[in-house]
Amino acid sequence: MTRDQLLQAYHDMLLIRRFEEKAGQLYGMGLIGGFCHLYIGQEAVVVGMQACLEPGDEVITSYRDHGHMLATGMEARGVMAELTGRSGGYSHGKGGSMHMFSREKGFYGGHGIVGAQVSLGTGLAFSNWYRESRNVSLTYFGEGASNQGQVYESFNLAALMKLPVVYIIENNKYGMGTSVERASASHDLSKNGAAWGIPGEQVNGMDVTAVKEAGERAVAHCREGKGPYLLEMKTYRYRGHSMSDPAKYRTREEVQKMREQSDPIETARKMLLEQDVSEAELKKIDDEVKSVVQEAADFAQKSPEPEESELWTDVLVESPAVEAR
Amino acid sequence: MGVQILMPALSPTMTEGKLSRWLKKEGDEVKSGDVIAEIETDKATMEVEAVDEGKLTKILVPEGTEGVSVNSPIAELDGGGEAVSQGAAPGQDTAAPQQPAPPAAASHTVGEVAKQAEDNAAVAERGARRGEGAAQGGRASGEAAAAPEKDWGPTKPITVREALRDAMALEMRRDKDVFLMGEEVAQYQGAYKISQGLLDEFGPRRVIDTPITEHGFTGMAVGAAMTGLRPIVEFMTFNFSMQAIDQIINSAAKTLYMSGGQLGCPIVFRGPNGAAARVAAQHSQCYASWYAHVPGLKVVAPWSSADAKGLLRAAIRDPNPVIVLENEILYGHSFECPTSEDFIVPIGKAKVERPGKDVTIVAYSIAVTWAMQAAEALAKDGIEAEVINLRSIRPLDAETIAASVKKTNRLVTVEEGWPYANIGTEVAMQVIEAAFDWLDAPPVRVCGKDVPMPYAANLEKLALPTQPEIIEAVKRVTYK
Ligand SMILES: Cc1ncc(C[n+]2csc(CCOP(=O)(O)OP(=O)(O)O)c2C)c(N)n1
Ligand SMILES: [Mg+2]
Repeated sequence: MTRDQLLQAYHDMLLIRRFEEKAGQLYGMGLIGGFCHLYIGQEAVVVGMQACLEPGDEVITSYRDHGHMLATGMEARGVMAELTGRSGGYSHGKGGSMHMFSREKGFYGGHGIVGAQVSLGTGLAFSNWYRESRNVSLTYFGEGASNQGQVYESFNLAALMKLPVVYIIENNKYGMGTSVERASASHDLSKNGAAWGIPGEQVNGMDVTAVKEAGERAVAHCREGKGPYLLEMKTYRYRGHSMSDPAKYRTREEVQKMREQSDPIETARKMLLEQDVSEAELKKIDDEVKSVVQEAADFAQKSPEPEESELWTDVLVESPAVEAR
Repeated sequence: MGVQILMPALSPTMTEGKLSRWLKKEGDEVKSGDVIAEIETDKATMEVEAVDEGKLTKILVPEGTEGVSVNSPIAELDGGGEAVSQGAAPGQDTAAPQQPAPPAAASHTVGEVAKQAEDNAAVAERGARRGEGAAQGGRASGEAAAAPEKDWGPTKPITVREALRDAMALEMRRDKDVFLMGEEVAQYQGAYKISQGLLDEFGPRRVIDTPITEHGFTGMAVGAAMTGLRPIVEFMTFNFSMQAIDQIINSAAKTLYMSGGQLGCPIVFRGPNGAAARVAAQHSQCYASWYAHVPGLKVVAPWSSADAKGLLRAAIRDPNPVIVLENEILYGHSFECPTSEDFIVPIGKAKVERPGKDVTIVAYSIAVTWAMQAAEALAKDGIEAEVINLRSIRPLDAETIAASVKKTNRLVTVEEGWPYANIGTEVAMQVIEAAFDWLDAPPVRVCGKDVPMPYAANLEKLALPTQPEIIEAVKRVTYK
């Protein structure tokens, strides 16, 4: 990564971190309800991968999705207002934390059913193949989701049809309270596509430069028409699965160790300082990010609740009249 | 001016909790990310991390305090220079003038939900008590179609959560072929803490954590049941049973028939069904109609603790596949439940929870709470509603319903499922077939709105049946 690219990545990761911290606070105040899955700790994955994309490429993921939205360029205020269930949110308050979309930014959600987005992401790749475009679909899912049957049905389809899809397993070591060792008999998830000849790599998902490098290889493979590629990102979530997670399945020391020794933002910061970026320059980024997030939080609280009539809209698209004679 | 630390909300349904332990004392320095206290919700013990930095100047709620409501101040911090933000909570500076006040509607939500929950519990229990005593009376005046509820002797209050756990433990002690499997059921003790203690008592061969592979493990359980084992499959929520619905319908429900009676399938599928709170479209839907449509399945939907314990025991003993539709919001509610070791509730029997002569309200699951509340409100207007808790969706206790309608001549159904082809539709049709001449008004259904569940607090409230809607429906059928 060049110095400027790394500066940008630092900014993007910090924006996600501060945004998520703020979302956690608003949840505590009762302004956000339901499930709220924070991305803190995993920022390097989405930021590194997004740096490999061209206009028109698609991104799809699970419910742990705020980071992906911000990375694709969706506005913090629109995402935060969706979290508070207000009309200024990306889904006018009807989707919430787990369900936001932006066709303009190529972000296809935001899905609550574990594993479902993997087939859908394969479908985004199918349309690239069908239209003979050079676009690529980035399909993210957790290591827990990697045990769902439709993941392997998708692998076979994508390999058979040579679809341009990068499957990104965000292995944060736990699916809710179950560690990857207790859920998967496969110890190297990057090999999970081997039966179909899908090339795979394990990547240090806590290092944005390593993510970007692997991402470039994967995306190039897809653009050359060689079919799917699999990246297993070794990463970690610092917070609980959702807000109500007693976290008895791991020790505080384990979390503390990851935070202190592998934090993606701290790592990028050190690299930047080594490349003669000044503390003042970084401080400027910190301040700017803080104010964007504060502005988003203010907007998310001021934006009104959706009109009651919104309850009934968007169930079906109005069908054009069909003449049958 | 100090910064107040507020009691945080830690789950979608949390309205209050116990402050079990302080990990910092007055005078301690606190950094953001430090664990400052432990809080117990109905589901879990959780650590509270500090958001702001500074010195802990005052502890406002001593450890061990129960029922601390969300958003009430629990301690004060000496702000210490640059507070993380003015909007921080826990640790929100409530007095900061530049703090934009949360819009009224949103800040009400928490309080209202809390209040609503209290009301539910109180009314449910009052109703349960009244219903118990009065059920016989109600039937005596009718045609006594249904057998009276058996008297099981002494009762004590337990939560629906405990009732479900006790039912599984009792049946697992009774029959070594019964086992439980699902996501987070063993080590984590259940995502909603239903299987607490079962791993300890029965070990990992009988209480099995599965990967997130609903289609696979459901098929595996159905296969095991074909050999005569008796699996209890927990779906973390019924929304995820859709991943597995093919195995439930095509394999579990039909094999007995297809095999000419050779291969039965004694299996239970259970878990929370319907809306919780603010979990949006993919996590809030009622499956009663879906499963009730299928020949070869039985479907039950407990409301009270007694329903939960008695019906789950019957479901586990039943030689057929039984779907047990629970409700997350009811898990923490307490109801009187018989203490007898033998207590069981037969599948297929509805219960009159509250006798009345003017209108029959048929409901199931949490809608029974709403119906009971409405009945109480209606009584003040001089309308005596008879509330029937279906308990069993398929088979349906058409006799009890018909007997009631022959007395009241009016029918309202209440449920949270969508209107199209819902359980109310079936109930109304069966009443029309059995008691058309007794009806003095067309039956009315009160149900969830015909839209996916929205996330926004105001819209979610509108999407579910409301008390005014039930009262309006009753007034319509009674021409009041
Ligand atoms: C089909 C289905 N089953 C279960 C769930 C409940 N659930 C939500 S997230 C989750 C854990 C997923 O873990 P992983 O795929 O590793 O993603 P992570 O949360 O770690 O990002 C579970 C079991 C669900 N939403 N959908
Ligand atoms: Mg995971």
